[in-house]
Amino acid sequence: MNTLTIASRELRSLFLSPLAWSILGVVQFIFAYIFLAQLNTFIQVQPQLATMENAPGATEFIATPLFATSAIIFMLVIPLITMRVIAGERANRSLSLLLSAPVSMTEIIMGKFFGVLGFLICMAVMLAIMPLSLGFTGSLDYGLFFSAWLGLILLVASFAAIGVYMSSLTTQPTVAAISTFGILLMLWILDWSSNKVADVNASGALEYLSMLRHFEAMAKGLFSSADFMYFIIVSSTFLVLSVRRLDGDRLQR
Amino acid sequence: MSIEHLTRHYGNLKAVEAVNFDLRRGEVLGFLGPNGAGKSTTMQMITGNLAPTAGKIIINGIDLLDQPKMAKAEIGYLPEQPPLYVELSVEEYLIFCAKINGIRRANQAAAINRAIDRCGLGEVKSRLISNLSKGYQQRVGIAQAIIHNPSIVILDEPTVGLDPIQIREIRKLIRELGKEHSVILSTHILPEVQMTCDRVQIINKGQLVFSDSIECLNQSMQATSLIAQFETAPSMDALKAINNVESIEDLGNNRLRIHYTESPAKQIAITAVNANWGLTELSPEQKSLEQIFVEITSSESTLEQSIKDVA
Repeated sequence: MNTLTIASRELRSLFLSPLAWSILGVVQFIFAYIFLAQLNTFIQVQPQLATMENAPGATEFIATPLFATSAIIFMLVIPLITMRVIAGERANRSLSLLLSAPVSMTEIIMGKFFGVLGFLICMAVMLAIMPLSLGFTGSLDYGLFFSAWLGLILLVASFAAIGVYMSSLTTQPTVAAISTFGILLMLWILDWSSNKVADVNASGALEYLSMLRHFEAMAKGLFSSADFMYFIIVSSTFLVLSVRRLDGDRLQR
Repeated sequence: MSIEHLTRHYGNLKAVEAVNFDLRRGEVLGFLGPNGAGKSTTMQMITGNLAPTAGKIIINGIDLLDQPKMAKAEIGYLPEQPPLYVELSVEEYLIFCAKINGIRRANQAAAINRAIDRCGLGEVKSRLISNLSKGYQQRVGIAQAIIHNPSIVILDEPTVGLDPIQIREIRKLIRELGKEHSVILSTHILPEVQMTCDRVQIINKGQLVFSDSIECLNQSMQATSLIAQFETAPSMDALKAINNVESIEDLGNNRLRIHYTESPAKQIAITAVNANWGLTELSPEQKSLEQIFVEITSSESTLEQSIKDVA
């Protein structure tokens, strides 16, 4: 209940800030551009696809690559959205409102996290509407579509949890944004560096750490519980760390 | 509420050292101290924003450290800087505060209206907090602290940065709050304490150095000297001859400060009229709270110094 109150306040404040609206606008423009470019290629290659057996459909050709590219864009904008959740409140000195109210640290962090996640889901819905509109005229593989979309949400939730943790470490939102961005970028780089490592075990480990690798499997329609759990574990780890960090503020150093 | 042996260290700095005090129901307690004395740290500990290094905080019989949620529900806290979400309107902000303080949905509207009324926010309730003046923002902060009708309201320097009219209004509000709630008021402005509080505590360098009722404080402030002004120079010997006069200080221009053990004002007036000195002023000189404050805080530090010297 308290979590929900804090989450809705967070979401409300986000929508009252010009930052959130400009992010929504700019990102939607980029999503639309990628979507249309993908759609254009699909229409161009359609005659050739028609001759092929087992040819990729509209979902595979448009939605999946769109979601994969959007993951990178989410990576770039999430630090901007999560940066102020804790750090901003510290800077405004408004954190003590929550700390002296009868709510637990866990409720505060979960509220913040779900508030941000709510905003990100809005973005993801706006993204999904575009390929879904193709369903009016053509046929879509909804199983594949929603597996990919759910994968995207899980990925984005993990990004957000990392952002919340980074925000809980500092008083300056910009520092939180830079460090979140650094970690997300690093996780992405692990992905391609894994191809360059000769040692099979090492490359396997790097691959496992890479978030995008787990997302790719879901984007292909392969919904495995291992990947699902991977995202849940990453998110909850960083949220637990945030709770501990926020609690640490009170304690003796 | 009772505070036992409350201690907080920041590294080697002992911000608050073994502070004990009680707060009775319906009492306004003034918490005085120079800057950096440990006032805010104490308040932050009482409100659960900081964990004490040692000590106990009992609120209405509930231990703050053992059952923080239950204890915090009994406390309203206004930090030095009001914790506001400036992008919300006053009403939206108070709705949020009501919810996180666990007020039931059915009682929310009533609680919010009551807080708005008491803090005089009726005219501005639909305006954005960021557009309000500092005084109104401070009132929103107070509204936030009393919205859940806590038994203890803790206000940390509530009148800092306000203009004299706003200060007067806030003090009036604090006195009203004192009728229903127990209030702890931290400040370094002494007349504020004289005007609003029932009891005074002075903290210096993390230690409680004075704790008494405001009457006792006023008593210790009672005059021990008179200021007299004459048109023609009086004879010192004649004045010194008056009963109870201990010593006379010449302030120039026929202005004298007369120290006494028991007020000789009447006798001075009679003597002055008889001798035709042209008495134009005769007034008791009150020790100001400032003087007492400096005395208490400085004597304590000299005491500490002497202890150190002995050691």
